[in-house]
Amino acid sequence: MNRIDELFNKKAGNILSVYFTAGYPALDSTVEIIRELASEGTDMIEIGVPFSDPVADGPVIQKSNDTALKKGMSLRLLFDQLKDIRKETDIPLLLMSYINPVLRFGIEKFCKKCEETGIDGVILPDLTPEIYTASYLGLFKEHNIYNVLLISKGTSAARIREIDGLSRIFIYMVSSSSTTGIKRNFSADQKEYFLKVKKMNLRNPALIGFGISDNETYLQACKYGAGAIIGSAFIKALSEGEGGKNTVRDFIKKIR
Amino acid sequence: MNYNIDCNGYYGEFGGAYIPEMMHANISELQQNYLKILECEDFKSEFSKLLKDYAGRPSPLYHAERLSYYYNTGIYLKREDLNHTGAHKINNAIGQILIAKRLGKSRIIAETGAGQHGVATATVCALMGMKCVIYMGKLDVDRQAPNVLRMKMLGADVIPVYSGNMTLKDATNEAIRDWICNPADTHYIIGSVVGPHPYPDLVARLQSIISEEIKWQLEEHTGSPDPDYVIACVGGGSNAAGAFYHYLDNEMVKLVAVEAAGKGIDSGESAATTVLGFPGVIHGSRTILMQNDDGQITEPFSISAGLDYPGIGPLFAHLKKNGRAIFEHATDDEALEAALLLTRLEGIIPALESAHALAVLKKIQFGSDDVVVVNLSGRGDKDMATYMKFLEETENKRYK
Repeated sequence: MNRIDELFNKKAGNILSVYFTAGYPALDSTVEIIRELASEGTDMIEIGVPFSDPVADGPVIQKSNDTALKKGMSLRLLFDQLKDIRKETDIPLLLMSYINPVLRFGIEKFCKKCEETGIDGVILPDLTPEIYTASYLGLFKEHNIYNVLLISKGTSAARIREIDGLSRIFIYMVSSSSTTGIKRNFSADQKEYFLKVKKMNLRNPALIGFGISDNETYLQACKYGAGAIIGSAFIKALSEGEGGKNTVRDFIKKIR
Repeated sequence: MNYNIDCNGYYGEFGGAYIPEMMHANISELQQNYLKILECEDFKSEFSKLLKDYAGRPSPLYHAERLSYYYNTGIYLKREDLNHTGAHKINNAIGQILIAKRLGKSRIIAETGAGQHGVATATVCALMGMKCVIYMGKLDVDRQAPNVLRMKMLGADVIPVYSGNMTLKDATNEAIRDWICNPADTHYIIGSVVGPHPYPDLVARLQSIISEEIKWQLEEHTGSPDPDYVIACVGGGSNAAGAFYHYLDNEMVKLVAVEAAGKGIDSGESAATTVLGFPGVIHGSRTILMQNDDGQITEPFSISAGLDYPGIGPLFAHLKKNGRAIFEHATDDEALEAALLLTRLEGIIPALESAHALAVLKKIQFGSDDVVVVNLSGRGDKDMATYMKFLEETENKRYK
C-alpha cells in the first residue's frame, strides 16, 4: 500500500496525472511545479528524469530533456530537491525515465532513494516486463515501489493479460502508435482499441497517455479508461507561460 | 567460452532487448522469425544469388605484397571495398530486405553515419521497389555529401537529424522513433551489430560471409584457412563481426578490434568506447557505452563518421570482457597516414573507417612468417574531401 493505492481507493475514474520534466523550465522549478499541480487538484504527478536519448519521446519532451540536462539536472540533484517533499504534500509521485540513468545511479540505490524520498512508483519505458520480472521485481517490492508497465495498440490481448497480471497498481495505456506528443483527436481506430481493452475487464485500472492535450481528449480518456496522463501539452504550456502560478492553474482549468 | 547469444539474446552479460512496449510487436516478430527465414532454402538461394550476381561476391582476398614488405610480414586485404556500393554494408542490406519482404513489409527505414549503410539500403530498396527513408545526422550529411547524393538519386528520402551531436547516435534515435510511429508496414534495417535482440545476431550472421570466404580464400593462398591475425575497425562492429565470425571459436587466431581514438583517448574527443565507456543500455542493448556519471550518453568524436558512435555491439563488449579479442585504437591522424600509405603502396584508397584497421599494423609486432588479414571494409571515394585536406596539409611530402 502506498499513496497511489490510496488514490485509486478513493477515486475510480476521472484521474488526472500530469508529467513534467525535472529541471524544466528552470533547474530549481521542480518543487514549485509539484506544489502548484497538487494545489490545483491534479491527482498524481510523474516527474521526468531527463535523459540524453529519450527514444519514446517526441520533440516537445526531447527538448525539455535537453534543456534540463544543460541546466544541470540529474537523478542525484532531483533526489536532493525532493528530500523534504513529503513534508508538504501527499500527492502520489512517480519518476519517469529510461533505464540507463537508473542503472548508472545503481538500481538498488535508486529504489532505496525512492522509498526514502516518498516516491510511489516508476515508469521506465525501456525496462520490459520480461527484464523487470527476471531481474528487479523483488527489489521494487522490497522498497514498496510500483513499476508501472505500458501497453500499446500493438500489444496482443494475451500480452495485455500478462502485463495486467504483473501490474500491481495501474496500467499505462499508450493511446496510439507514436512517441509522446500533442494530437488533436482520437481516431476511430484508437477508440476501438480503447474499447477492446475496456471490455477485457482488467484487474488494474488503465490510465491513457500520449496525445492527451485538451478537455476533449481528456474526457475521452476518462470515458474509456480510469483517467488521463498529460505530458507534452503541459510542457508546452510551461514553455509558453511566464512561469508563475497562473500557468499551471490555467492549464489544469482548460483540461478539466 | 561461448560466443553465441543465449535464448534471451545475450552474449554473456551483454545484449538483450531493452525496448519500449510500442516496439514489442515488431521486435518479437523478428525474434521469432529471423532464424527460420535465414535457414529456409528459398531465402538462402535468393540471398547467395544476389550476393554473387548483384553485390559481386566473393570479394577478393588480396595479398598486398608491397605493404607486406613494408611491415615485414604477410598481409592480406579482404576487399569488401570492391562490393557493389563500396563497402561490406551491402551484405546486411540485401539480407534484411529479403527478410522484410518475407515479413510482408513495404517500407524501409535505416540510420546511417558515413552513408555507406544508407546507400546500401537505398540501393536494395530501389532493387526491390520499396519505399526508403534514411535518417542521417546533419553533421554527417555535410561531411559525407557524395553519399547523400547517391541516396537521393536512388530514390530515398534522406532526413537530416538535428538532435544531439547530429551524428550516428542521433540518427539511430530518430529511426527508432519512426518505427514506433509506423509499426505496421515498416521494417527497420539496422546497419550494425547493435540494437535490441535479434539485430546483433542477425547482422553478424548476414556479415559472416566475410570470414566464410576468408577461410577458403586463405587456404588457396597459404594452404591454411587460419591466419595468425584478423584485424578490423569497430564502430558498432558489423564488419569486424563478419570478419571474426568463423574464427571466434579458434583461439589460435588473434582477433584485433580497432576503435577510433579521435584526437586521442584523453583528448575529450574520442570514440574509443571500450576504453572510455561503462556498461549500460543504448539503443535497446546492454553493452559498453560512453556516458557520464549521471548515465547520460556522451558525444563521441571521430574523423570517421562510420566509427563516430558512443556504443559498441554487445558481442564486442563480451569479447572485451572475456579477453577473446585484442582491442586497439587509432587516432584521426594515424588513420589518415595509414590511408595514404596504402594508397601509395598498393593503389587502393580505403575508407576512413578501414584506415583505422590499417593504422594498427605499425603498432603490433608481427613475425615475418605471420599471416595477417585486414578487413578493408570500404572504399574511400566518400572521404576524398577529408583526404584532400590532409594531403594539402602534409604538402604531399612524406610519401612522394
